[in-house]
Amino acid sequence: MIPGVDGFMYPNEVELQWSLLIVLYPYITGLVAGAFILASLERVFKVEAVRPTYRLALLTALAFLLVAPLPLQLHLGHPERSLEMYLTPHTSSAMAMFGFVYLWYLTVVLLLEIWLEYRADIVRMAQTTTGLTRLVYKVLTLGSQNISTAARIIDDKVGYTVTVIGIPSAFLLHGYVGFIFGSIKANPWWSSPLMPIVFLFSAMSSGIAAVLLLYMLSMQVKKRPIDMPCLDTVARYLFYCFVIDFTLEMLDLIHRTYEADESFRSLDFMVHTRLFFSQVILQICLGTLVPLALLAATQLFKFGELARRAMYITAGSLIMIGIFAMRWNVVIGGQLFSKSFLGYTTYKVAFATREGLVPAIALMLLPFAIFLLLVKLLPPWPEREVADAAGEGRA
Amino acid sequence: MDITRRDLIGIGTKLLILGSVGATLEQITGAAPPSEAYQMADHWWGMIIDIDKCIGCGNCVRACSRENNVPQGYYRTWVERYEVEEGKQPRVESPNGAMDGFPPSTRTDVKSFFVPKLCNHCADSPCVQVCPVGATFVSPDGVVLVDESYCLGCRYCVQACPYGCRYLHPAKDTVDKCTLCYHRITQGLTTACCENCPTGARQLVDFKNPHDPVHAFLRDNKVEVLKPYMATQAKVYYKDLDGSVR
Amino acid sequence: MRRLLHDAGHLVRPALVLLAGIGLFLVLRGAVIPKNFGQYGHYRPGALADIRKRPISFVGQDTCVMCHDDQAKVRASGKHAHVACEACHGALAAHANDPSAVTPKLPETGSLCRRCHEKDTAKPKWFPQVVTEEHSGGTACNACHLPHNPHL
Repeated sequence: MIPGVDGFMYPNEVELQWSLLIVLYPYITGLVAGAFILASLERVFKVEAVRPTYRLALLTALAFLLVAPLPLQLHLGHPERSLEMYLTPHTSSAMAMFGFVYLWYLTVVLLLEIWLEYRADIVRMAQTTTGLTRLVYKVLTLGSQNISTAARIIDDKVGYTVTVIGIPSAFLLHGYVGFIFGSIKANPWWSSPLMPIVFLFSAMSSGIAAVLLLYMLSMQVKKRPIDMPCLDTVARYLFYCFVIDFTLEMLDLIHRTYEADESFRSLDFMVHTRLFFSQVILQICLGTLVPLALLAATQLFKFGELARRAMYITAGSLIMIGIFAMRWNVVIGGQLFSKSFLGYTTYKVAFATREGLVPAIALMLLPFAIFLLLVKLLPPWPEREVADAAGEGRA
Repeated sequence: MDITRRDLIGIGTKLLILGSVGATLEQITGAAPPSEAYQMADHWWGMIIDIDKCIGCGNCVRACSRENNVPQGYYRTWVERYEVEEGKQPRVESPNGAMDGFPPSTRTDVKSFFVPKLCNHCADSPCVQVCPVGATFVSPDGVVLVDESYCLGCRYCVQACPYGCRYLHPAKDTVDKCTLCYHRITQGLTTACCENCPTGARQLVDFKNPHDPVHAFLRDNKVEVLKPYMATQAKVYYKDLDGSVR
Repeated sequence: MRRLLHDAGHLVRPALVLLAGIGLFLVLRGAVIPKNFGQYGHYRPGALADIRKRPISFVGQDTCVMCHDDQAKVRASGKHAHVACEACHGALAAHANDPSAVTPKLPETGSLCRRCHEKDTAKPKWFPQVVTEEHSGGTACNACHLPHNPHL
């Protein structure tokens, strides 16, 4: 009898291959995609109300995107060989092609958009700061000091185009991660054409929730008033995204239960036993039904500002936890049952090893540290006087 | 001396051209393999397994482990024992992969038999499809192999294999699996498991050899591959495989 | 046109940075990619040679028979005709390479014979199997059976 195994598993299946870090990775790239979509709401779809979160969303996306490859590196048996994915990419492998999607998104979309948005501020700060900071800003200007109105209008037009390209790029970035799982015919828990779309909409929900929470926190820290129309609009879009996400998840569940193919009995048993807490309690009840009810209530009934803020914080936090649970249920759940459909194994999270709890927590905190650095370097909210002057620069 | 931007661009371009040409030359003049007795194009390897001959002794598992230094707790091949009772899910076990055989069973109320399993060396292999770098591949003679000096250890192939035949080697941190004893079959020997099977239940076959017994085997018997609906073009054929086998 | 170039001139800079990056990558790639990669398929062809070089532990019965043909003849006339030598005697490539230096240990018949011949209802009916407790009650199998030609 093998400890932790119930029933029969193929001998090599007992040990899980993809650990907590591989749960973290789609979660982080999801936040990137979601934050960027929120930013694009203002830029491309002209939802003016969310303007105060625009720069914040871009910096959030960048902070998480920079951390995204790290869980993968820690997971690899030979991280020193990871460059091979760029040198000899296997074009039939979703994982290999994803490397290029990541690079494309980082450079041509996110970094370029941030540079274009912040260029005027960067040039100004290169002129007004001293010492090492001045050098950093000088490098960031890429040698151009041209912030004339005409140049800024061109920046705006180009930035618009970059965002338009960025939206399908963000969809591709996270849709690909869904496809990495969804295209594995050997695993019936993963194999589904719905997988990329489910991943995408849950990513958007978690990303928008992240920006919502970061915005409220930032305003609290900076002791500034929260722009309630902005917050209400962000929450409204969060609600729309989440309704779609919920519908897709329900569709997957109903379809599975109705068709009841050979894997169903085994998967059903797994959900009711090993995955009960993370799937039923955490993902479905606390992570979906409760925030859905809260957000729906804010859309249907009138609540005072303080009440709405409390509801947004609760809903946003629960959504972020629920989406993490969803990633856990997909990645870990997909490895807890045997492909013989006759057995189950257990996953014990290690503590201080390379793929354990400690590095996972560190990797979740790192984006926030980077975010703080970015906010210092590229303030999303310029000071009052500069803000008024900059106001007319935006078309 | 003032280095202008034009100078820098000039130097940079020259370096770029030199570098690329140099690298290309190296690739072209890389040595071709010497001519030899074994020609990959003449072979297309597979295996045939006769369920009615397997006695579950575990000799194949022990031999493979010895021949290929398979780490403890991981299996390039293993044997499963099935106990199929009417109207119920089959009861399957594989104690330590059958490394020490099986504790004898005395149950007479069930249909029971042994099923040896290994990598199926699929011609349309899903594991090869998903490898991001080309560390696992189908050789020109039909054997699915892992390049352990190139493998990243991402384990995508382990997830993609429907048969559970791959594992991460704990010491090498690369993916490992049955190589069909490639180092033996290219020298005219048979695989370690087939050599040591006392009943001849497992036999190495070469589909490109017109005199190989596989042709008669496939023509004269009811045969099946594991999980045919996965459409992996598996090349390990089982004779008299029961429908309850997973 | 001149005006446009002047106002949009700064956009050339990130484009140059990107091109420089791509250029650097291409040079690096040319230098670091394994020789002949892609010759037979998307993999390093040297891997085939690397795998073929691995050491052999089981030499195969055809080699054993070259020296031990007397045992081979005994075996050929009996029920163990198709049981390879190393199936019972273990991996003996080292012995075949240097027979005097490596002398194999005779296998323990008690545990060895039972591995195949202990009765198990899962074993095929045609296969000779006994419940050794009842059959020999602890006596060594080769007290009665010749291992190379075991049928009595």
